[in-house]
Amino acid sequence: MADTAITVEEVRKRYGDTQALDGLDLTVARGTVHGVLGPNGAGKTTLVRILSTLLRPDSGRVEVAGHDVVRQAREVRLRIGLLGQHAALDEELGGRQNLELFGRLHHLGARHARVRADELLERFDLTATGRKPVRAFSGGMRRRLDLAASLIGNRDGTDPEVLFLDEPTTGLDPRGRAEVWSAVRSLVGGGTTVVLTTQYLEEADQLADRISVVDRGRVIADGTVDELKALTGGDRIDVVLRDAGLLGAALALLPLPAADVTVDPDRRLLSAPVTDRMAALSAVVRALEEAGVEAEDVALRRPTLDEVFLHLTGHDDRTKETV
Amino acid sequence: MTTYALTDSWTMTRRELAHWARQPGRLVVGLVFPVMLLLMFGYLVGGGRGVSGDYLDYLMPGMLALTMAFGLEGTMLAVTQDLNKGVIDRFRAMPMADGAVLVGRSAADMLQSAVGLAVLIAVGLALGWRPQGGPGSFLAAVGLLLLFRFAMLWIGIHLALVAGKPEMVQAVQILVWPVGFLSNALAAPTSMPGWLGTAVEWNPMSRTATATRDLFGAAGPDAAHIWAAVAWPLALLAIFFPLAVRRFTRMSH
Ligand SMILES: Nc1ncnc2c1ncn2[C@@H]1O[C@H](COP(=O)(O)OP(=O)(O)O)[C@@H](O)[C@H]1O
Ligand SMILES: [Mg+2]
Repeated sequence: MADTAITVEEVRKRYGDTQALDGLDLTVARGTVHGVLGPNGAGKTTLVRILSTLLRPDSGRVEVAGHDVVRQAREVRLRIGLLGQHAALDEELGGRQNLELFGRLHHLGARHARVRADELLERFDLTATGRKPVRAFSGGMRRRLDLAASLIGNRDGTDPEVLFLDEPTTGLDPRGRAEVWSAVRSLVGGGTTVVLTTQYLEEADQLADRISVVDRGRVIADGTVDELKALTGGDRIDVVLRDAGLLGAALALLPLPAADVTVDPDRRLLSAPVTDRMAALSAVVRALEEAGVEAEDVALRRPTLDEVFLHLTGHDDRTKETV
Repeated sequence: MTTYALTDSWTMTRRELAHWARQPGRLVVGLVFPVMLLLMFGYLVGGGRGVSGDYLDYLMPGMLALTMAFGLEGTMLAVTQDLNKGVIDRFRAMPMADGAVLVGRSAADMLQSAVGLAVLIAVGLALGWRPQGGPGSFLAAVGLLLLFRFAMLWIGIHLALVAGKPEMVQAVQILVWPVGFLSNALAAPTSMPGWLGTAVEWNPMSRTATATRDLFGAAGPDAAHIWAAVAWPLALLAIFFPLAVRRFTRMSH
């Protein structure tokens, strides 16, 4: 029990005609990073809002940090931090003003709230923002301040016991993404349990100890990153040819299981799952050279979320929205 | 956890004060607008149908009450904007006292209205208006006006929680005008056609204007008028305060 930070059992939530959560189960061990991976509309935000006491589930049981989110909401709120999908900051105030405000509302006391604000500004490299209002911040700065605000946390001035991050890097440039990732890694060292939602397998792979794949309000796969990779067919190799006319010939000569290879003539692309990354890479390069087929690019990569879904559910006809 | 109700409310009030400090222009516009109305109705439009005696003596209490009534849309706009901002989620996910968001808003709005009254009274005095009732009556009049503003405030909060969208604020902003002018603020109901006069007399704002007129005037207060100006806002508060608080605490569920 003490080793479990989060328990979600059979949770359902409906909005009008939409069953956003449809009997979702989740268990997160204390001090770990748990990735919730799913496409747009899967129910990730609904789950995070329920876990952080913002939304009441229609049915099911949810415990966070040893307390029921419905009946003991205040106890839960004392122990959590939340980084929502959209910035939750006072846009008119400056960075320090925001953090002091949240610190006071966390009942740190005026002096302690100031100290904690300074400490977090320093930690997230925001000291130079001075009195500038948040509305004038760049996207990366705003996300960092939002993350800092979600860590205001405990009365004793430490990070919160449980932290929820809802698509923390969506919309950030690669630099902003790297900053958020390193911040998350530093947290885990401090014993905080993190639940992180994402649409990117790469992100879950980078940060999470375990991953739950969510589709249509349910968990459709659950496990460590390695277990999941095995389930999803592991990494892939992409071969882009110079001449689309040679795709058929390449398909025949490459040392890849023909049944698993997908061919995209528009992009002159062959793509296939691989088990042993390096062996597959050198075998493909050698085969192409020997046959004299010119390749523009040969690359190893993680499967995309689409491919994971295709593998797990057999359907990839989901309508994708851009955020 | 009620121990934190006061400190949290104070923190939220300070947040509003910090907003003012950031954008003093908005505050100033809010203060200048009623002064403009006063000058317009006092000197340009030439109202005061059916009013005997000095029109400024009649108009000042009316304008003060009208300013309090228009506070409703200001509150509604502010609450609507707050609710549509992401920061409200952070407030809700924190262990702060229930309702501190609303109490902070109402404290800041009351403060702004008190300053607004002071400015309008100062302008009136500069124009030659002289309250006759003595300091006690003067304070009682200000008290009645603020009580009325407090009722308007909670109606504004409730409407914002029910409507929740900026478009609805516009609708209310348009509606507040006829309701504000369908009162005895600018002209005596006796000068109006029968049904209109009745509607005007029933308008809670008219009651506040009448009672303050008594208190500022030489003849002294009429107990029935004072009673009405106390009872109406209290009745509105008894309805809208609990409705708004309940709505707010339940909203996200
Ligand atoms: N407030 C709401 N009203 C109606 N439908 C909603 C609301 N919030 C979410 N939904 C619907 O519930 C489903 C899950 O949404 P959400 O939890 O936001 O998914 P995700 O965060 O994974 O993109 C979607 O179909 C979405 O359209
Ligand atoms: Mg979402």
